[in-house]
Amino acid sequence: MKVESPASPNGRLRAIARHRAVWPLVALALIFAVDGVISPGFFHIRIVEGRLFGNLIDILYRATPTAIVALGMAIVIGTKGIDLSVGSIIAIIGAVITWRIHAGDPHFVILLIALGTGLLCGLWNGFLVAVLDIQPIIATLILMVSGRGIGLMINLLYGGTNPSFQSELLQGLSVGHISLIPTRLVLGAAIFAALWLLIRRTALGLFLEAVGGNSAAADLAGVDARLVKYAAYLICGLCAAWAGVILAADTHTSDPVSVGLYIELDAILAVVIGGGSLSGGRIYLGMTVLGALVIQALTTSILTSGLPPEYNLVVKAFVVIVVLLLQSNNLRTALYASFSGRKR
Amino acid sequence: MAEPSTGRIEMVGVSKAFPGVRALDHVDFAVAAGEVHALLGENGAGKSTLIKIMTGALRRDEGEIRLDGRTVEIASPGEARALGIGAVYQEVNLVPTMSVTKNLTLGRQPRRFGLISWREARERARERLKRLNIDIDVERPLGSYSVAVQQLVAIARALEEDTRVLVLDEPTASLDANETQLLFSVVRDLKSRGLAIVFITHFIDQVYEIADRISVLRNGRLVGVAAREDLPPLRLISLMLGRELERTEERLVTSALPPEGPTVLAAEGVGRRRTLAPFDLTLRQGEVVGLAGLLGSGRTEIAKLIFGAIRPDSGRVELAGEPLTAPSPRKSLRRGMAFCPEDRKAEGLLGELSVRENIVLALQTKRGWLRRLSQAEQEKLAEEMIEALGIATPDADKPVGQLSGGNQQKVLLARALVSNPRVLILDEPTRGIDVGAHAEIVSLIRKLSQQGLALLVASSELDELVAVSDRIAVLRDRRKIGEIAGTDITRAAIIDTIAGART
Repeated sequence: MKVESPASPNGRLRAIARHRAVWPLVALALIFAVDGVISPGFFHIRIVEGRLFGNLIDILYRATPTAIVALGMAIVIGTKGIDLSVGSIIAIIGAVITWRIHAGDPHFVILLIALGTGLLCGLWNGFLVAVLDIQPIIATLILMVSGRGIGLMINLLYGGTNPSFQSELLQGLSVGHISLIPTRLVLGAAIFAALWLLIRRTALGLFLEAVGGNSAAADLAGVDARLVKYAAYLICGLCAAWAGVILAADTHTSDPVSVGLYIELDAILAVVIGGGSLSGGRIYLGMTVLGALVIQALTTSILTSGLPPEYNLVVKAFVVIVVLLLQSNNLRTALYASFSGRKR
Repeated sequence: MAEPSTGRIEMVGVSKAFPGVRALDHVDFAVAAGEVHALLGENGAGKSTLIKIMTGALRRDEGEIRLDGRTVEIASPGEARALGIGAVYQEVNLVPTMSVTKNLTLGRQPRRFGLISWREARERARERLKRLNIDIDVERPLGSYSVAVQQLVAIARALEEDTRVLVLDEPTASLDANETQLLFSVVRDLKSRGLAIVFITHFIDQVYEIADRISVLRNGRLVGVAAREDLPPLRLISLMLGRELERTEERLVTSALPPEGPTVLAAEGVGRRRTLAPFDLTLRQGEVVGLAGLLGSGRTEIAKLIFGAIRPDSGRVELAGEPLTAPSPRKSLRRGMAFCPEDRKAEGLLGELSVRENIVLALQTKRGWLRRLSQAEQEKLAEEMIEALGIATPDADKPVGQLSGGNQQKVLLARALVSNPRVLILDEPTRGIDVGAHAEIVSLIRKLSQQGLALLVASSELDELVAVSDRIAVLRDRRKIGEIAGTDITRAAIIDTIAGART
């Protein structure tokens, strides 16, 4: 095959086509294009009661918890691991928040307790994976299965089924807004920035990717794989805790059975749509956020298009398959081959 | 012992070519009934290819195979088994988590009404083990037994009622002395029952203990076949390594005496059971110490034990006068050692990461995660190394997996050098790289030693060791058996030492 220099127009086109951000962006554009045709007012953004409103804002708003969870997931997946317990961690966080509010703790302290609980969950997962060397999918399955039960047991501590609460601080973080912008978007952006600094402005990212890419080689190069894996699960637990705060405050209640249900799957999907590989070795934070937006854009679009919500999951599955096929190197090579073959 | 007139199995003029390589070139190989025949050769000599042709895993290009005087075609492993040729391969093809019974009957389970009859399977398993005089609980998982017993079970699996030829590919590689004796008693018993046994090993002592005849392959050719009594170790090792000068034996070391610099590394009684017998080794500043020995003699192990990649269970390592307690790669690196492993892909490179990231990794782990090298510093280091070592890459951000073998090796070297070590350990630094890069790396080793670095170089290529070493530690059968220094370093001296002609 002839190698084209990137300077030629065709070559530049191919270089763009090879960039990992292209296909998720194409998917997002396609979804929006369909939206534009079906509901002409889809992109309209207006100000209601001093804050921004509109479908695009709604997509960002709803995607935030998933995106935060997916960021932690991206880091764990980068080490060749996986964390199935994030949904259960969210359930535990909701239960802990409600419990402590009923106990009368100051709300700022409750926020710290919630985040600490997330770290504790990460500590547990990290212990199983990094110290006991249990396969990540099994190790995190333990907390995934038991976490919602733990949430229900916390609810029983003060005798309530789905007890609700009010908290200005926590609800402010979740459903409030800073001037025109919803607070949770600001919170999400801050978490993204913090993680980016942690991964790309310390050497932790390099170590995480080294351990995920080839742990034997990382070991011989002096990387402490155990500590690095531990760090990944701690970060993931903390991210899930933030999502838990947002979701618990959103619903004003502790509902361990259904809060954040299947969010681990959406998070994994977001990482994969963002070009992350489950075989580890690379962490793409920005792309992961893009992946979460694709998923939410799709969900919102189905709801606003007038399709029965029952179609949601099936259409989502279809679009996800298309995005993943577009990312498949094998398929792309085959398509290129048949395309250039026909031209000749 | 009388030379058998016809062999039980005879391979005549067998050739096999792979793209770009002639793996076997008109090789004759014959094993008589009731004979243990050792098949020897270094890496790439053609042992595996020959065995694979014998057992039907590969088709020969030319030549003939006769079994008890009758010409046979062996098109598949199944046909080989049907003809009575059994094989136990180096990587035991058994499942440690399954019971002994299942391992012995897998793929040929006795059936009753279409279902597996486990009772009969157990009976058959016991029967098979009885042929080897082994009496163990066949219901326990295979993995709960020692490696020696697992090896015997593998033999039991290969052994049918009508097996005439048995191939054992490095059966003793992971056995200790007692376990080896246990295996040998079984082999002797099989031999007395008239089996023709092909025994592949890297342990020279074992060859002289068990083999009746020896065939030696080198570069796809049969270079020698003789009865054990007629082939003294010195001659055998010369045959394996090739005494004739295949390349110019040029010493790059100019001074006759080893450097007198201070000792930077001292290993005392360092060893590990089943891996390497305890050894002493010192390394001075500016000195290159070569590690010579046949394949499997313990070259890699000595390097890894010193670096802490394999944990020693005896002895101690001192680095610049201070002991290294609880050694690990991490600690060794921090204290000023660096290691380039033999298997670049599996243990060295992070193929997905860029050349730059691969180069800075060891230095970065030395600094810790908080003191990250800035992008600019990383680029500077990478550019310097790309320049200094002549790494051929369009830019420092290319994934290292896309470079050629020689350039990948240079990236590994660069990673080690950037960490600024006092002691550099290289395991097979020229394996699988082209001639040009080979010469560059050899001269680089000398240059580094002149700059005061202490180097430990393990290599299977004697010429390379002769060229660069101030001193050579010689290994045999997982034991350090001697040292050669200064002008005494020649190919012949190394071969003599390995053969035990001098110590």
